[in-house]
Amino acid sequence: MDALREKARALLEGGTVKVVIGYAGGSDPQRARAVFVRDAAQADQLIWNETCRQNLATYLNKPEVKALGKPALVARPATLRSLLQNAVESQLADEAVLALAVADGQVVELPTFAAIEEYLAQQPHGLTAEQQQELSRLAALSLEERWAFWSAELGRCIKCFACRAACPLCYCDRCIVEVNQPQWIPVASDALGNLEWNVVRAMHLAGRCVDCGSCADACPEGIRIDLLNRVLAQEALGSFGAEPGYSTRKDYALAAYKPDDKEEFIR
Amino acid sequence: MSQQRILEKKSLDELFGKLTAAGNRVLAPLRNGQRVEFAEVGAGQGGGSPGRDTASQIDLDYIQTARPAKEVVFPRYEHMLRYRLAGKDAQAEEIAPEARPTVLFGLHPCDAASFATLNAVFTWDSPDAYFEPKLAKLTIVGLSCTQGDAYCFCTSVGGGPGATHGSDILLTPIDGKRYLAEIVTEKGAAVVALAPHLFAPANGESEPERQRGATTEPGATATDLKEAVLAQIAPRFAPEQLGQRLPALFPRNGVWVEQSLRCIGCGACAYVCPTCTCFDIQDERQRYAGVRLRCWDSCGFGLFTLHASGHNPRAKQSERWRQRVMHKFSYQPERLGVLGCVGCGRCSRSCPADMNLAQHVEALAQTPT
Repeated sequence: MDALREKARALLEGGTVKVVIGYAGGSDPQRARAVFVRDAAQADQLIWNETCRQNLATYLNKPEVKALGKPALVARPATLRSLLQNAVESQLADEAVLALAVADGQVVELPTFAAIEEYLAQQPHGLTAEQQQELSRLAALSLEERWAFWSAELGRCIKCFACRAACPLCYCDRCIVEVNQPQWIPVASDALGNLEWNVVRAMHLAGRCVDCGSCADACPEGIRIDLLNRVLAQEALGSFGAEPGYSTRKDYALAAYKPDDKEEFIR
Repeated sequence: MSQQRILEKKSLDELFGKLTAAGNRVLAPLRNGQRVEFAEVGAGQGGGSPGRDTASQIDLDYIQTARPAKEVVFPRYEHMLRYRLAGKDAQAEEIAPEARPTVLFGLHPCDAASFATLNAVFTWDSPDAYFEPKLAKLTIVGLSCTQGDAYCFCTSVGGGPGATHGSDILLTPIDGKRYLAEIVTEKGAAVVALAPHLFAPANGESEPERQRGATTEPGATATDLKEAVLAQIAPRFAPEQLGQRLPALFPRNGVWVEQSLRCIGCGACAYVCPTCTCFDIQDERQRYAGVRLRCWDSCGFGLFTLHASGHNPRAKQSERWRQRVMHKFSYQPERLGVLGCVGCGRCSRSCPADMNLAQHVEALAQTPT
C-alpha cells in the first residue's frame, strides 16, 4: 500500500499522469470505492486489499474522467486483460493509460500494451479450482434442474443494467436494449425479458469477457451473471482457443473466421 | 387516533390466519438463504394458507431488504392496454389494474413513510389509475427498528426508528415475547377488529396489564418500553439545511462532477429506492397486435432525457446525479411538500460504485454556497 501511494505521488508530482484511478476505503470495511487522485497530497487515500475488486477500466470511457487528463489505473490482472481486449476492439489507444499492477507490496508500471502482455504472460491463466468446481456442479445438473436454477436467478433481475455499467467491455453508446425500432429485447423485467437480456449480454461477451467478475459484484440482486459468462468463456476457449485479454492480436472468436474453425455445432 | 395495545408474538400466526381468511394477501419479510424479501406469507415452501411454518419463514430481525416494497403499488412492469391492428383500424382494450387487498407486515418505518411520497407523485395532478386502487387496498403493519446499520439515515429525513407515520399499525418488540401495537389509522383499527382478542390493553390502560408491565420494568409505560428498545440513528443533516442551499449549489458544476466521478450510471439506486417513481411507457408489438406497458426507469440512464432531436439536456452523469439529488431534496419538497427520500439506505447498500447518498448529501449540506 505504501509503495502504491509512493508511486502515485511520484507520478502526479512528475506530471507523468494527471490522475491516478485507484481504490479508497468505502462505506464499510467490506467495501472499497474508486477514487480519482489528482493531487499528490491526496495519494494517501489509496488502498490495496482484497476489497479492491471493481474493474476500474470501466471509468476510462466516462467523459468526466476523460476530462481529467492522462490516467494511471490501479489494475488487477483481470483489469489488465480488459485493457488489452479494449485495445483489440479499437476502444483504447496504446499508452493512453498507465496501468499499475500491485503484487507483493510492489508496484509495476505497465505503460504500454506490450508491457501488459508481458506481465500477464507471467500470471496464472485459467479458472481457480473453486470456479472449476462450481462450473462442474452446474454442468452436472439435469436440464430441468439447470432451468430451475437459472429461472430463479434471472427471475430476480430488475433490469437496472448495473452489470452493463460495471463492465469495461460494455462500451456501446447505445445498447441493444435501448433500441426500440424494432424492439429487439422485451422491455419488461418478466421471465422472457430477463432471460433475453441476460442471455443476449452473455452471448455478446462470449469470447470477449475477461472474467473480472464485476458484473456479478455489481448486481443488486446478487444474480450469478459471472457464471453465464464463465461457461461461455470456457466454450470459446474449447472451441476456438480464445483467451481474450492476453494479447492485442485481433482474433476474437465470434468475429474472426479461420479456415480451420471447428464446425461441429452446425448441424 | 393512536391507541396502544399489546400483541403477543406467539399470536402472529393466528393474526395472519385471520387476515388471510378476510381475503388479504399477507406480504412479510421472508428469509431465502442470505436474502430477505417481501414475499407472500404461506405461499412458499410450506404452501397454502399461513400455518405453522409461517413464523419460521418470517425474519423480523432483518435490517433491510434489498428491494423495496413499492412493487405492491408500483410494480417493475405493468400492462396498460392491449391493441390490435387490422388494416387502418386499431382496436385497443384497457387492461384493468390488478388490486388485491394486501397487508404489508413487518415493514420498517422508513418504508412505511415512503408511500406518502409515492402517493404525492402519483396523485399530484390527476390520480394514477394503476397506483390508486392498489394503495386503497393496502394496509401497512409496520415494525419499529431495534437495530440499524451504517447506511440507515431515517432521522436525517424526518423519520425515525419508531416513527408511526405511514403505518396503519406500528409494532415495537418491547421484550422477547410481546409487541407494543400502536393503532394509527382506521385501516389499522380494521385489522384489530378481525381479531380483537389478540390485542390486549397496553400498560397504563388496565391494572392487570400494569402489573404485567411492572414485571419488566417497574412503573414503565408502554411508550417508555418502546423508547428503550429503539435503534439509535444519529441525524447527519437536516432537510431544512438543504432546501435553501441546493438551488444555490445547482450551477456549481464542479461540486456535482466531483461527487459523481465514481458513479457508473446504472439504475440500481432508483430501482431499489422506495420513493423513486419514474417509469417509461413502451409499446411492444408483434406484427398486428401488441401491448402497452410501463416499467421502471431511472434518471441515472443516459437515455432518460434524450430528446428525439438528439439533444440531451442531461448528457453527462454528473448532470444526472445532480438531478437525482435535486429531485429528492429540493424539487419534491418544494412542489409536493414531501421529501423524496426516507433514509432507508438501500441505494447506498446496493450501489456497485459505493456512491453513498447520505455522505454526499451531508457534504452538500456543509458546502458553502
